[in-house]
Amino acid sequence: MSAHPTYLLANASTTDAHELSVYRRRGGYAALEKVLKAPVAPAHVIAEVKASGLRGRGGAGFPTGLKWSFMPDPAKDPRPRYLAVNADESEPGTCKDRILMERDPHGLLEGALIAAYAMRIGAVYIYIRGEYRASYKSLEKAIGEARGANLIGDRILGTDFSCEVHLHQGAGAYICGEETGLMESLEGKRGHPRPKPPFPAGSGLWASPTTVNNVETIHNVPFIVNRGEAWFRTMGTPQSTGNFLCGISGHVERPGVYELPFGLPARQILEEQAGGVWKRRRLKAWFPGGSSTGLLPASAIDVKMDHDSIKAAGSMFGTAAMVILDETACVVRASHVIARFYDHESCGQCSQCREGTQWLSQIFRRIEEGDGREDDVATLESLARGMAPGKTICALSDAAAIPTLSAVKLFRDELIECIRAQRDPLAAPEPTYAVAGAH
Amino acid sequence: MALPDTLTRELGELAKKYPQKRAALIPALHRCQEELGGWISPETMEDLAAYFGLEPVEVFGVASFYPMFHLAPVGKHVVSICHNISCDLRGAEDIVREVCRLTNAPLHGTSPDGRFTVHTVECQGACANAPMLDLDGVYHEDLDAEKVKRILGGAG
Repeated sequence: MSAHPTYLLANASTTDAHELSVYRRRGGYAALEKVLKAPVAPAHVIAEVKASGLRGRGGAGFPTGLKWSFMPDPAKDPRPRYLAVNADESEPGTCKDRILMERDPHGLLEGALIAAYAMRIGAVYIYIRGEYRASYKSLEKAIGEARGANLIGDRILGTDFSCEVHLHQGAGAYICGEETGLMESLEGKRGHPRPKPPFPAGSGLWASPTTVNNVETIHNVPFIVNRGEAWFRTMGTPQSTGNFLCGISGHVERPGVYELPFGLPARQILEEQAGGVWKRRRLKAWFPGGSSTGLLPASAIDVKMDHDSIKAAGSMFGTAAMVILDETACVVRASHVIARFYDHESCGQCSQCREGTQWLSQIFRRIEEGDGREDDVATLESLARGMAPGKTICALSDAAAIPTLSAVKLFRDELIECIRAQRDPLAAPEPTYAVAGAH
Repeated sequence: MALPDTLTRELGELAKKYPQKRAALIPALHRCQEELGGWISPETMEDLAAYFGLEPVEVFGVASFYPMFHLAPVGKHVVSICHNISCDLRGAEDIVREVCRLTNAPLHGTSPDGRFTVHTVECQGACANAPMLDLDGVYHEDLDAEKVKRILGGAG
């Protein structure tokens, strides 16, 4: 087992650290107190986060400090300002933010308050995916405790800084994890992503300056403030600093969420953390960062888990949700499950995505059911190329095209074989249950 | 029909969190679904439209966009089984089959005795504890046939 310093899950793995008294006894809210009471100038907090190299943990890996610096100068722009915490975790394979919210809610609140102070924001909205009721309850209780201790609300800790924190429950749409879809949804509308520009810092929630940050990203902030940017850069790689939460699921012995420094070889994560491929089977392929990232072959398992290395290997770091497929996994089945997901979740605004996701799903489905056609692989390829890159308002269309193109590239022969066999040899048996209506 | 007074008061409190009242629409739909029989009826949409100053079709547009809102009556218990990739790789299909067998409900339908509505849902963020199901808003993870039987048996 590799020994490396950890911090992100320290509270989450401590009994009762979700309670304010325990959180504080463990040094919680010291970072907030430090910036408010020293006081540290907001611009200095942003500079510190910039220097730390912290990159967003929600999928895109955008530099956090840089994003914060896009917020306009409040002296020149009198509009209200908002921080939206993206807690709409729903990228298939991803289950990390939930742990932080359920077991370390004050860590998120402290990070959000520091972020709000740095960007001179007076209201934080935490957009929690609807199904995460346990996360909602945990944060609701934590907000109550924090408010009672003058850590949220007017004149926090007796200083001039005032900030409200609100929870907002989503209702089960993946697209609301896209930052502009999230803002539309928070405003009480369908989660239709907005064209960019304008970017959220210029015109976000209620046409006001807004920053959207992922839960895990925000969770890093108090640690950077307490221990300094230089400490943060001692972990990870020069371009991907700090630790990250790596979810590993699918065909492994010990699925789980592990805190790791960037740059560890994926093989080491698979074998040492997750106990290897389950049932002594061999690895067939794997997703490095959720279903929206391209499949990588077994031969790529020695790649390092950091943004640049995974990109060089032909995929994306995404949410660091490794999904492992063993040698018995059926590529047609896996591709169908994923294509079906994007078909279900497409918001329907852009025709390439609305039609494309439906076609991809239907074609994979018919191959799986034994009705594949000789030219289906070519059709999949041309459809996916028509959906990406950058042809639509948001990246959902790309997210559906990428795994399709990777499956065609890596497993063309297997796809053709399945089509010719007119019955995928690895497919699951016919369902034995009834299905209501025409689903 | 009108919304019960207690609910109307609650919606008023919800709306205070936002600079614009409409932002409370989705939380309001959740509260209505919880309080008014487990689904969003056309009457509820009309009531909410009146409350928010919207056309009923706008409320329908929002309610129908989000999978968590049921636009038709559901059984006493709602079972949502994740069928996305991490769960599928670890036997979600077997869980679907077992739940349908035990409840006697068709997939995406309700059992003849009205006790269970069963459907599949997309990734619920329980991937490291797959397969999983959600029964009436509570996650049950690391499932096998035995565990499914116990969970459904305890549903009452």
